[in-house]
Amino acid sequence: MKMANNSNNSPVTLQVAQPPSVAARIKEGLRKNWYKFSRNKLSVIGLAIVVLVIILAIFAPWVTPYPEHAGAFVNFDNAGLSPSGTYLLGTDIFGRDILTRIIFSFRGALVMAIVVLGLAVPPGVILGLLAGYFKNTWIDTLTMRLTDVFLAMPPLILALAIASVLEPNLMNSMIAVTLMWWPWYTRLVYGMASSWRNEYFVIASELTGTSKFHILFREILPNCLSPVFTKMALDVGWVILIGASLSFVGLGEQPPTPALGQMVSDGAKYMPDLWWMTIFPALAIVLIILGFNLMGDGIRDMLETRMG
Amino acid sequence: MKFGPFLLRRILLSIFVLFGISILIFVIARVVPGDPARMALGPRAPQEVVDRLRQEMYLDKSLPEQYYYWIKGVLTGDFGRSLFTKRAVIEDVKEYLPATMELALLAGILMVIFAIILGSLAARYRDTWVDTLIRTMAYFGVALPAFVVAVLFLLLFGYVWPILPALGRISVGVTPPPTITGMLTLDSLITGNFVAFWDSFKHLLLPGLALALGSIFQEARITRSSMVDNMHKDFLAAERGYGVPERTIMLKYLLKPSLIPTVSVMGLDFASLLGNAFLVELIFNWPGISRYGINAMLRKDLNAISAVIVVFGLVFVVVNIFVDIIVAYLDPRIRLGGVKGT
Repeated sequence: MKMANNSNNSPVTLQVAQPPSVAARIKEGLRKNWYKFSRNKLSVIGLAIVVLVIILAIFAPWVTPYPEHAGAFVNFDNAGLSPSGTYLLGTDIFGRDILTRIIFSFRGALVMAIVVLGLAVPPGVILGLLAGYFKNTWIDTLTMRLTDVFLAMPPLILALAIASVLEPNLMNSMIAVTLMWWPWYTRLVYGMASSWRNEYFVIASELTGTSKFHILFREILPNCLSPVFTKMALDVGWVILIGASLSFVGLGEQPPTPALGQMVSDGAKYMPDLWWMTIFPALAIVLIILGFNLMGDGIRDMLETRMG
Repeated sequence: MKFGPFLLRRILLSIFVLFGISILIFVIARVVPGDPARMALGPRAPQEVVDRLRQEMYLDKSLPEQYYYWIKGVLTGDFGRSLFTKRAVIEDVKEYLPATMELALLAGILMVIFAIILGSLAARYRDTWVDTLIRTMAYFGVALPAFVVAVLFLLLFGYVWPILPALGRISVGVTPPPTITGMLTLDSLITGNFVAFWDSFKHLLLPGLALALGSIFQEARITRSSMVDNMHKDFLAAERGYGVPERTIMLKYLLKPSLIPTVSVMGLDFASLLGNAFLVELIFNWPGISRYGINAMLRKDLNAISAVIVVFGLVFVVVNIFVDIIVAYLDPRIRLGGVKGT
């Protein structure tokens, strides 16, 4: 696909053009991608939200007003204060600053997204690649029927079940979600790999005796990566959402470490009087997922137009 | 492939998938750290009692044998006893499943109606404020977890503006209808008890809407873009040329084929709807199988957990077969065997 593009672009004139330097080409690539990404202003807003959340999460101990409130801090004199100049989003029943706890819980949400996608995508992609390339063999049957089984259950239910039989903590909730996530990538890559295997460049490699490893990972895989990256970008919000749902029922990060779902569920016990305990963490969940989804749409625009 | 064989293949595949789910859930229930018999009886039970229960639960046998005894029970509706309710799990399932089905059905109906109405509106008035509003709502809808909607509803309608009942299935003063299907709205309609119907219907609205809200706008978007794509197809111009009224063209010839992608996505959305029911039922104190399931999970009640997963697997598989049938009805290319396979 890439080769075809290059040959179309090469000028047929006799004039010898100087090839642009590597730095210039990278710069040009970035400029083009940024143009595609930023054509939709919502993507830029999404990117801004994501960058803000990441910066806040990394520098949480320095940017939050009361970093000590992120743990088992208790000050009943300030318990249940409504939002004010001192506590922008109010305090909880232990007198801890809600804003501080929200910013600290961004850490768990981001770690969850990174770990789950980092662990689920590579095996999912490799299985899809193998099943697609060895279509109609036992590898295909075994892998894809296993995928069918996993995809036949609503992901949240199975994640809840897996997390519930393990000890409740952030690590195990990540394991539970990871176990649910790989089949989507297997199915995605399977479809692509099983059509790429019939392309002439693959058949040519097979005829010349190229190793299977080379064909799979150097010839087919690179052609499948754009949709995989697009799906990953769009999945970050989903993973955070499922993680928040697990933590809402108490199967995620345990107190006193804050987590967004857990804060919503704690606050719900004190509605309507201490509404800020629920509303602000809930809005934070919406904001972080919205940010990643909008950015994901932008990344899709960026990668998909290149394919087309 | 004709539709009949297609459906048969689909059902056979579903049976295989259910079999796979049963193995999966069996493995999950057995990887649990600790001894299930000890967990069932508590730390103070004497060792010989635990050993006897281990024998009764076939825990002294090999894993494949254990699976054999377990699946034999499941196929005859015997999921064992719940650690918490102390009853046969199948009795609990029978009692709690109808409430969840009622909720999921209403949420599904809300999803279909609003997705079609809003999608058609957005397509009809595309690039106006109506379209923009629905698009904006779709962005928020995806980012809004059902449990957040549920908590917000509870705050809004439970305390600030109590126009709808927010907790339970029926008001305290209203006599519930006799159990026929177990779905209160349906049972009260069958027995002609309209007071109970109206009351239980009002109780359904908030949790049902909380479950459906996120998907409604997304599906409206899909309906819209598919309608806009189809709007300039030749067959519509041909219908117009024949003088078919615009209304008929819109509803029969444009809307129907445009719903194919919407219905396919609804199958997926129904999965997240069933998953979200676990949290929404907990929040609205809805006595359904999902609340039962989540309580079983929090107490590591393995027999109950396995039963709930198997039941949901079954429900979801059946829903997907229905989705395929509806898509086939909407798409003559599948119904009449124009397209190959799956």
